[in-house]
Amino acid sequence: MDNKETLMTAFEALLGNKLRTSLAILGIVIGIGAVVALITLGQGATASVQNSISNLGANLLTVSPGAASQGGGIRGANGSGTTLTLEDAQAIQTSATITAVKAVSAEASRNYQITYKKENTNARVTGSLSSYITIYNDTLASGTFFTDKDVTSIAKKAVLGATVATDLFGTANAVGQIIQINHIPFKVVGVLASKGGTGFFSEDDIILAPLATVQKLLVGSSNVQSISVEATSADMMTTATSQITNLLLSRHHIADPAKADFSIRSQADILGAATSATGALTGLLSGIAAISLLVGGIGIMNIMLVTITERTREIGIRKAIGAKKKDILTQFLFESIVLTLTGGVLGILLGFALSYFGGKLLTIPFTVTFFAPFIAFSVSSGIGIIFGYYPARKAATMQPIQALRYE
Amino acid sequence: MIELTNITKSYEMGSGTFQALKGITLTIEEGDFVAIMGPSGSGKSTLMHIIGALDIPTSGTYILDGEAVEDLSEDELADIRNRKIGFVFQAFNLLPRMSILKNVALPLAYANDPDRLEKATAVLQRVGLGDKLQNKSNEISGGQVQRVAVARALITNPRLLLADEPTGNLDSKTGDEIMHFFSELHNQGHTIVMVTHEPEIAAHAKRVLTLRDGLIHSDVRQKPHHVTYS
Repeated sequence: MDNKETLMTAFEALLGNKLRTSLAILGIVIGIGAVVALITLGQGATASVQNSISNLGANLLTVSPGAASQGGGIRGANGSGTTLTLEDAQAIQTSATITAVKAVSAEASRNYQITYKKENTNARVTGSLSSYITIYNDTLASGTFFTDKDVTSIAKKAVLGATVATDLFGTANAVGQIIQINHIPFKVVGVLASKGGTGFFSEDDIILAPLATVQKLLVGSSNVQSISVEATSADMMTTATSQITNLLLSRHHIADPAKADFSIRSQADILGAATSATGALTGLLSGIAAISLLVGGIGIMNIMLVTITERTREIGIRKAIGAKKKDILTQFLFESIVLTLTGGVLGILLGFALSYFGGKLLTIPFTVTFFAPFIAFSVSSGIGIIFGYYPARKAATMQPIQALRYE
Repeated sequence: MIELTNITKSYEMGSGTFQALKGITLTIEEGDFVAIMGPSGSGKSTLMHIIGALDIPTSGTYILDGEAVEDLSEDELADIRNRKIGFVFQAFNLLPRMSILKNVALPLAYANDPDRLEKATAVLQRVGLGDKLQNKSNEISGGQVQRVAVARALITNPRLLLADEPTGNLDSKTGDEIMHFFSELHNQGHTIVMVTHEPEIAAHAKRVLTLRDGLIHSDVRQKPHHVTYS
């Protein structure tokens, strides 16, 4: 019998028992749906993290106080150490031994309540140097950035992130207005353009102010929590890292590099860590979803075994009028493949729907990839073949007389 | 056309071996109409299965239309059944989900005949069911169902038409109709072998074989009786 006829026979049989067919494919629909949704959401999350991290600035190195790695002892939060100073940053900028660095900024930051008239919000206030805006790839939506002169003169000027500006001023122009940071008036000189980061990774929920102003009037300490360095190019990242390490080791009078009281991380490090974290989570969840797919496959096998027992007589009739083993085998194999593929297609649609709405809920961008459906498609047809083969073979090897006599 | 020599068939039972056929030697000529009779357990069904290539004998030789059948593989037997034998069963054995047309065309589907639907239509017209092509088997009467079964048996133009209690599930008037139809087929030159336990049905045949305890008890040639319809 040709494949087209066999396929039509399979469809007829499945349509002949619609309720059972729907229940049988439900397990596959849910399994494939879960896998597709989780892979799609995971890819969206990874893309979102990568996007916001690379938005932070190209060729960026971050010097943080505290050791990169050391055994034992109690460690404070990253950035809570007190070993970096503005002088370190200035030395990186000016030292003759540093050739691979383009720009340097030093930052000190803390969260404060911000008020403007009756509006208020909470945001991270970061004191920085004027080079911050170029290092972090920021652009101004309106106004200007503060200058190095503002830093030395402890000017009470602030540049608002897009989210803060919207929270306090709505659509009105913020430039020139006076806001209160921790009850201290600051003049808004500029508003940053949105960087479009999402959820936890938003880079728009920030206020920038001159470093000295934040240190003296808000934080009350002359330490810097991080030094941001822009290397001259991506190829020079390693060179810049070793030049800065050497400079800071000698400035801090540390002979053994293993005992350094600072650490330098590149964008690539952060990106890699974040990507592998979301990747691991996606993998774990998809693994759990795959188990439900396995259960769905066993359900298909069960249904096919019941079907074959019920249709023993039909198998006998077909064999009596000339069906060969291969004909019976393909007939029932086609049925289980049609079952699982239908389940797979419905599961892909369910998975996309889930990841679309789930992505909206979690503010993860919805990206349609062909990877997830492709995997789902091959997996569901694979399940049809694997779990359909045993029942189909059982049907094919039935003796025609016994099958015909079956009541 | 059928040459059975010393055919035996035994089954492994729980308590030992049961011998259903104890040595059957039989020749059936082309164009003959043979009825096989005998009480339950006489071996007539087993003989029928072996003639129909549904089963293979334990020993002995069977030549059907010049081909040795006794030691063919399962798939080769399926091929013999498909090409050379048309079955009519007591329980009709149509597939209920399919239309009558597709039921009749099914043997040709296994033979990969592209013209199967046209041929099935022609055969159904020949058995007087040309207007029921798209009906399912539960939408027509018992006699019509058996005529569909006969149409399915005839579609491959088989050398041998094999009927197992063809009237067993029909009332006597419909049974007579079917037997009349068989007689017609015989007159057209078909070779028919039929298993029955009813003497009135066997009366339509030209030759009556009676089996008892796995052996041929009697083998009688007779003038076939034709039923007249009122």
